[in-house]
Order: sequence, then C-alpha cells, then structure tokens
Amino acid sequence: MRDLYQGQRAMRNMRRQAMQRGVIAVLDIGTSKIACLVLQFDGPGQFRETDGVGPMAGQSNFRVIGTAHTRSRGMRFGEIDNMAETERAIRTVIQSAQKVAGVRVDHVIACVSGARPASYGLAGEIRLNAGKVAADDVARVLAACDVPDFGRGREVLHAQPVNFAVDGRSGLSDPREHTGEKLAVDMHVLTIDGDAAGNLVHCIRRCDMELAGVASASYASGLAALVEDEQELGAACVDLGSGATGVSVFIKKHMIFADAVRFGGDLITMDIAKGLRVSHAVAERLKTLHGGVEATGRDDREMIELGGETGDWETDRRSISRSDLIGIMRPRVEEILEKVAELLDAAGFEFMPSRQIVLTGGGSQIPGLDVLAARMLGQNVRIGRPLRIQGLPHNATAPGFSSAIGLALLTAHPQDEWWDFEMPAEAYPARSLKRAYRWFKSNW
Amino acid sequence: MQGLNPFTRGQEPGRPAPVRHAPMRPAPQAKAAAPRRDPAPSRLAYRLNRMMLRPLIRRLVRIGLPAFLAAMVAGIWLSDDTRRANLSSSIDGLVDRVQHREAFMVHGMEIEGASEVVDKGLRAMLPVDLPASSFEIDLEKLRERVLKLDAVEAVELRIQPGGILSAVVTERVPAVLWRHARGIELLDKTGHRVASATSRDVRSDLPIIAGEGANRAATEALALIDAAGPILPRLRGLERVGERRWDVVLDRGQRIKLPEDGALRAFENVIATDRANDMLKRDITVIDLREQSRPVVQIGLDAQNAIRRARGQQEIGPDGKPIDPATDPAGKNKTGSSAKKTG
Repeated sequence: MRDLYQGQRAMRNMRRQAMQRGVIAVLDIGTSKIACLVLQFDGPGQFRETDGVGPMAGQSNFRVIGTAHTRSRGMRFGEIDNMAETERAIRTVIQSAQKVAGVRVDHVIACVSGARPASYGLAGEIRLNAGKVAADDVARVLAACDVPDFGRGREVLHAQPVNFAVDGRSGLSDPREHTGEKLAVDMHVLTIDGDAAGNLVHCIRRCDMELAGVASASYASGLAALVEDEQELGAACVDLGSGATGVSVFIKKHMIFADAVRFGGDLITMDIAKGLRVSHAVAERLKTLHGGVEATGRDDREMIELGGETGDWETDRRSISRSDLIGIMRPRVEEILEKVAELLDAAGFEFMPSRQIVLTGGGSQIPGLDVLAARMLGQNVRIGRPLRIQGLPHNATAPGFSSAIGLALLTAHPQDEWWDFEMPAEAYPARSLKRAYRWFKSNW
Repeated sequence: MQGLNPFTRGQEPGRPAPVRHAPMRPAPQAKAAAPRRDPAPSRLAYRLNRMMLRPLIRRLVRIGLPAFLAAMVAGIWLSDDTRRANLSSSIDGLVDRVQHREAFMVHGMEIEGASEVVDKGLRAMLPVDLPASSFEIDLEKLRERVLKLDAVEAVELRIQPGGILSAVVTERVPAVLWRHARGIELLDKTGHRVASATSRDVRSDLPIIAGEGANRAATEALALIDAAGPILPRLRGLERVGERRWDVVLDRGQRIKLPEDGALRAFENVIATDRANDMLKRDITVIDLREQSRPVVQIGLDAQNAIRRARGQQEIGPDGKPIDPATDPAGKNKTGSSAKKTG
C-alpha cells in the first residue's frame, strides 16, 4: 500500500502542476473509440457570482478547447491487447486534439474501462485520544482500515472515504471537530488488474505524455451521466461500451460500487457478422443504422439491403428484414443486461432507497433499449446523456463520450481519495531516513 | 465416335462440335487498393508536431529561421565589394533620376516684398545653384536661415508649380533710431534691430532713443513718443537711464525724468500741465517725476537770478557761486544754484 500511496501522490502532484499550467488532456481509451478532450483551466475568474454562475463543482473553471476521437486499435474488452497499435491510436488522437486546441499538451488523465475491476468496502475504526476529531485523525483512521487481500498483481485505482462515523453518529461527510470517543470510516476501494494498468501507463509514456491520473471509466461515466439528485439518492450508471459494460453505483454523491462486465457492443456486432455472414464493417453499419431490440409488425416488412464488398453479386445483394436483425441483436443485449443485473444484485442494489438506473455509453443508443432494460433491471430506467460542459462541440455530446466528459468533471472537481490525506507521522518507515541519508551520501 | 461409323465416312464431315461457351469469366475483382496508409503519425512525426507546438520553437521556425536565412543570403551577396558598389550606385542613380525629373526641378526664384538688400541676401542664402531639384532644397531650413536676417520679419517659402521657388517676405519696418555706444541702429516697433545707420540724418523722420538697453524698451519709447503730441516738435529724443527708466530730452536742454513704473501716465500729466500752464515754455531745466509723490522742477539760471534780484540777493553764476559784482560788473554771466520749488 505504501508504494501505491507514493505513486498516487506523485500523480496527484502532476495533476496540480498541470492545473497550474492550465492545460490538461483527458483520454478515454475505449475498445472501439479513443476520445481526447483538451481542457483549459482559466481559474475561477471567468464568471462571477453576480453573473449567476456559482462554483458548479468546478465546472465553470474550465472549458474544452480541443476535441478529437478516433477509432481505437489494439484494444479488447477495455484492455490493451496490442501495445504498439494502441500507442499509435493514442498518438493519432492526441495529435489531432492538439491540432484543434492549438496548444501542446503534456499531461494526460486517462481512464480504463475494463481490466477486471473489483470493488471492496473497507472499514476502519480508531479511538480518539483528544475526545475530538483532529485533522490527522482522519488520516489515521484511513490508515487503520483493515485491507483485505486484493490478490496478486492488483492495483488500487480509487480509495475513497465514503462515510465517517463518530461514536454512533454515522453519515458524516466531514468528521473534523466532532466530539466523540471513536472515529470509524467506510472506504470504497476499487482495484484493477495491475498489468493492464501498467500497460496503459507504458503506452502513455511512449507518447511523451505525463500521466496525471487514472480513473475508472465506469466511475467517470457515472459522474457525467447521473444528475446530482440521482447521485445523492442512489443510482446506478450502466455504461454500455463496446468492449466492456461498466456499472457504478452511487449514493450520497459517493461511488460505493463499480464493476465491469466483459460484454459489450462489439459482441453484438460480431453476432450480426456471424449470423448474416457479412463483414465486421457491414455488421457495424447494420447495427448502428437499423439496429433495435423491440420488433414490431412493421419491422417484418422493412427490408434492409445488406450490401458488402465481397465481390460476389449474390452475396452482396442479399436483403433481410429488420426483425431478423433484431432477432440477432436482442438475445445478446438481453445477455448483457442479465450480466448487469447480476452485478447489481451482487452490489445489493435492490436495497437502495432509489433504484434509478441510467444507461449511457455508445450502446445505449440502440432504439428500444430503455423498454427492454426497464423490463430486466427495474422500472426506473432512463437513457442518460453526459452533462454539458463548456466548449464541448456538438458531435462530442453523444452518450459515447460520457466517460471522457466524466473524467473532465473529475479533473475539475477531484474526489477525496485516501492519498489526499497526509500519511500519519508514526507510519513513516525508518527506512526513509536511511534512504535520505544514503541520498545525501551519494549526492554530496 | 465419328471414326467408328463406316457409313458416314467421307460423306459427312460429322456433327459440329457442340458450342461450348467459354467458362464464366471471373468477376472483375476490385482492384487491390494500395494498402491504406496508417492514419497514425509515426513517432518522429508525432514528436516533431509536438515540438512545433512549443511557442518558442514555433516562433523560432516561423520568424527566426526565415529572418536568419534572408539575412544570411543578403550578407553573403553583399560581402563582395563590387556588388555592394553596384548596388549602391544603382540605387543612387535611381534616386537621382527620380529626383531630377522635370516635375521636381526648381528653375527660378521669385521674391516678393523684399528690398533690394534683402533680395540679394536671400538669393545668396539658397544653398544650391538653380536649376536644382526640389528634393535638395530644404525649405524649412532655408526659412530658418532667412529669418535670421534682421530685416526680415516673416517669410513664406513655397515651391510653386512650374518650378518657381517663391518667397513672400515681410520686412521689418524701422520705427525708431537707437543711438548707443557702438553707433546708430534702426529698430522696428518691437525693438528688433532692422539695420545699422551711419548717421542720424539717414532717417531724420524717425524719432531717436539712446542709452544701453533702450532697444528692449522700444515699445514703451514709441508709446511715449506717441503721447508727446503737442511737444513733439520740441522732442529731441528719449534716453534710457540705467536700463530702467526713460528721460525725455527736449530742446533748450530741458529734460523730463520719468519714473520706472507708469512712465506714460507721468508724461501725460506733464503734457497736460504744459497745456494748461505752458510749463515747458518757461525757464525750467529738469522736471523730475521719478518720485511719484514728490515731483521736483529745477528752474534755469535766469529764473533763479531773477528771483534773487527781486529778493536783493547776490546773483549766482553757472558754478553756483555768487558772482562778485566787482569782477563782473556787467552781471552778464548768469550763474545760479539750484533752488527747489515743490509743486
């Protein structure tokens, strides 16, 4: 945990440095599309309270000055499969975003959608010596959380204190100065596969960029797609990506659960390609132009030219009815939603006070999905588009950009993480003194 | 089977071979397109692109490099003496050709309102020989030089169409003569020197002033002379005393000493008194008005002796000593000492 602490603090310092410089890029590396937003932080001087613009959770501080997205390469299930290809795709998107923005970007915040996330609820409790919660007690109680065995090669992506309790009073967001005997904390820790994270870091380093932060794509799209009330009252955000479907559960404006299914829109495309014996590109076109999940009688009569470039006239001139296409897509969509429902069950979503489900991501644009999802996941389902942020071009406001936009929001208004608190003094290892001594000896 | 049928041999050439169509040609294959270019920039291109986005480097490449190249090319080209000489001579020739076009030439000079002396001086001041290009005549400078001539008050220089340099001169009008230790000068009404004069008779129509610093107070002197009015025929001149006040000198040795301030008013008072009492016709040598509250009149020797005679006193001579009647029984030599009479 200590290396993690140092690494995350280094990343946080990098982020601060980038914010001071004023330009930072957010990179959403998805399975089918890489999106990059270049953000300019103008500081809070841009709008005044008298203009009717409040702080808006930091959203008024920045604007998007460059946007680019390109087809992703070398990605599978939200993880990096072919490093060189992914690196090229990252280079492409960063270069075009820089061209749009007209500035050089050196710091990037990335998000990972796959990489087998696992979320843990941690609890810690300390006795308060002073009878009052001091500032360093918060850090102490965070350090006192009993960390379960995450397994080999796992990296902690988020470690957010969700809830503080002093004696019997629970539900505190800021326990400082509270009087009591005991301080307890609930912490949500999200871990991902260490190798996948390492691959991502390596790819971004190869593009001469400094990594200023990593976030989970499910979390980021939840931030963008859920409105504030939903985050407060409890909601789940389902990010239907092409390689992985992310699920994140929010309550009281904190993420309490995040996970991802390794099923996504790519599988639907593949099903169409296999079922109709067409190429992947044609299948993708059929899915986006004619796809759906609710067949009606009219769909039987609506014939779709398959098209294609195989060179065989007979093959290229086939046509199918739209209900055939729906018949291929629907089982796969149902399967994905079943997996999502399993995850939500595992997260205990049915015990939440408000069981709002928000579907976002590129896959949420399938017509009729909300009806199907309402039948499978619960009644409160809506399709969520990402929040509007300043300077975002219209073609980047689609649901597929919600994780990139959420990442921008997270950058502007970072969530408290465990490493944002100073490490308690007694936890400093004696080794560091030795290391300092050695450093002096070797350098002076 | 043809060869096996003996009956048809030689009579029929046999059935024609069945029409066998050529097998279907393969469908025209889509031309193997050139392998699609990778849209991703290469590492080198990417790095160069990022480098070019640095403000310093971008400015260096966009401004610095072309400027440096241009300077270098120019420098190398100009490093040769012959080329440099050729370049400068061709530029000079071009400038010369343009400047000496007929449209820019000045052929003559036309001077208005100048006396002969000033006219000559003005022509001598022109720095170039006519005809010359108008580019070579700096009118502003010429004007300043002309204005240095004392006799010229203002001059308006202009190159008129047709190549005529026209000068409209306003000369200073001499208003007063100034006699000082070094000679006689003509001054205009502001006291500026116009010319020197050899003698008083050159301009006998002008009044004369004298004394050091009289030119600086010439305006006041002219006002006094204007005010003289009825006694103007008797006025011989004004004299500046101590560079601060005026003495009005009349004929018959009369002198009116005016105060430093309010000289004009004091003089007008004197004239008014004179008009009333014929004061100046009497035997008065000096009217001293220097002290405003205490005018002093000095009466002449004859008047004094007349008074003395009436009083039965001994007459006095010009040295102020009583004349012994024995030495000068005629009593012709009138002497007197000053007797003051306050008015």
